[in-house]
Amino acid sequence: MIRLSLEIGQTQKPEAILFYILAPLAVLASLGMLVVKKAVHSALLLAWVMITLAIFYIALDAAFLGIVQIVVYTGAVMMLFLFILMLVGVDAPDSLTENIKGHRVVAIVAALGFGGLLISLIGRATLNHVSVGLAMANESGNVQGLASLIFTQYVFPFEVVSALLITAALGAMVLAHSQKSAGARLSQRALSSARFRGDSLANAAGLPSSGVFARHNAVDVPALLPDGTLAKNSISGVLNARGDIQDPTQYALGSLPKVDDESGDK
Amino acid sequence: MDTTEGMTTAELIGQDPGWIIALKGLIIFAVCIFLTLMSVWGERRIVAVMQMRIGPNRVGKFGLLQALADGVKLALKEDLIPKAADRIVFIIAPVISVTACFMSFAVIPFTGKVNFFGRETAMQLTDIPVGVLYFLSIASVGVYGIVLAGWSSGSTYPLLGGLRSSAQVISYEVAMGLSLVAVFIYAGSMSTSDIVAAQDQWWYSVVLFPSFVIYAISMVGETNRAPFDLAEAEGELVGGFHTEYSSLKFALFFLAEYVNIIAVSALATTLFLGGYRAFPGLGFTESWLGGWFTLFWFAIKVLGFFFLFVWLRGTLPRLRYDQFMKFGWKVLIPVSLAWILVVATLRTLSLEGAPQSVVVAFTGGIVLIVLAVSSLFDRARDKNEIAARDIGEVSEPSFPVPALPATKARLEDHV
Repeated sequence: MIRLSLEIGQTQKPEAILFYILAPLAVLASLGMLVVKKAVHSALLLAWVMITLAIFYIALDAAFLGIVQIVVYTGAVMMLFLFILMLVGVDAPDSLTENIKGHRVVAIVAALGFGGLLISLIGRATLNHVSVGLAMANESGNVQGLASLIFTQYVFPFEVVSALLITAALGAMVLAHSQKSAGARLSQRALSSARFRGDSLANAAGLPSSGVFARHNAVDVPALLPDGTLAKNSISGVLNARGDIQDPTQYALGSLPKVDDESGDK
Repeated sequence: MDTTEGMTTAELIGQDPGWIIALKGLIIFAVCIFLTLMSVWGERRIVAVMQMRIGPNRVGKFGLLQALADGVKLALKEDLIPKAADRIVFIIAPVISVTACFMSFAVIPFTGKVNFFGRETAMQLTDIPVGVLYFLSIASVGVYGIVLAGWSSGSTYPLLGGLRSSAQVISYEVAMGLSLVAVFIYAGSMSTSDIVAAQDQWWYSVVLFPSFVIYAISMVGETNRAPFDLAEAEGELVGGFHTEYSSLKFALFFLAEYVNIIAVSALATTLFLGGYRAFPGLGFTESWLGGWFTLFWFAIKVLGFFFLFVWLRGTLPRLRYDQFMKFGWKVLIPVSLAWILVVATLRTLSLEGAPQSVVVAFTGGIVLIVLAVSSLFDRARDKNEIAARDIGEVSEPSFPVPALPATKARLEDHV
């Protein structure tokens, strides 16, 4: 097959070698993407396929397209994807039950349509079609050629697409915005002034430690105030909510040892 | 004899035979490893001086072999893989990190035209027309190492550290990319060798000073270094994304961090400090040793940046995460966008041959606008400060104090 493609003269030797090493890997990775169980592995394999495609673009003298493919798709889009997968914690294998009604039918129709589109495009590009003009298009440099096309002939579609993307981003922000997060967060200065200039200086030096004066220093034993009452804020609110708190009176001595007032320093 | 006269660097490198390309790759690899060993030692010694300590001085002369000894020790340690870890990804992650940062050196021009084993070439592995973009794309692949390391450890702190550092690297990559646009506009090319060549009159750190400052800040954020090392904030996240890593895999992350520092410093040198060119007024040295002396200038500049990294680490406390992200998105990115507009306009004016008075008027207008905006900002900030200082009525403190004894004992009674 290698000889065939070389004979046809469509690919030069180094490029053919590159292709026959990377293309099977890309195909394997894309098949693996469909069959692996974990979503993160799937995303990784997709990233690999994208990088392989980028290398092909570069080998085909479309350096800018190849690099941008890596920066945008692998670097930004896939990374955001990974972020979401990791944060949502999709560790378990996906369930195969249909969540959205008619999901499967629509997916199959869309896949068939896309496949047909791909086949027709590839067919048009390869069958009875001689590619000419790459050298002409890259005459003043690949980047310069692209730039002059984007910013002259295609400037309107380009701007429309960018406006569309900005609208989508704004829409996502509006939809994801929750009122709860707005405001209500105190600055460090406000917190500090509430601590030292507030109603009471009782907690200015920090909350009391658990177990103080209670003859037991575990975190679940509230401290005692000098008058013998419980210091509620000496234990964590979480423990309190769980009800995991011990009664400090169980550690109290039956009776306090008598202290002689007259000779206290004996 | 001199058939290479008048060739661009791309053409010069393009005629390299395979063995020269392989040798260059090997040299780059060896130099990176060597620089990492030396920079670990250098960093520890410099920080020690800044903190009035001595630093490592036992292994070898001046402690020079300390990093090597540490590396050997690391390699001999037990290699643990947590039970909850995703084994394959856990192993791949450090490899991605290291590979990516070595690959970014491929487009850095280390010297001008030199004689390399009897062939005219330049010490640069490859020169593609989108070299600087290539550097950015490799950096964005390197982020995968961090994210995957954090996720595959199967533990909370690494996951949080990984997410933090990748969010940080991605955000600062945006600012970094934008700061480079001005350079592209002025050099008219994205190829590293062309950009160096375009700086024969003025370095871009002078012409495009704001871009240089933005790049310098974002390169520290990009490499996860102090004061932006939130990904491994010990007080919050234990060790960040590499908490669960040990032995050689940890060493790979360590290597990646230092190679990355050298890489961003090398790019900064190339784009803003004239690359391998000599300091102003010393241009005659560029032909010394058959052109090899340019390597010295390049190394001096890169090491200067490395010193800056260490200096920052020794001086500044770590930022809070939200402040750091706010700084990146709300300060660096808008400022670089505005700066690009200014640069593009000025460049167009000068290329279209606008009269001097128009350029001066435009520049003056921009300066006035910046001054006005900054004074408005200052006034608003002063107002807020004063409002914040106003603490209002101070109330009497109320302590939970023990009951006072019945008979009041006073200090004066005992005197």
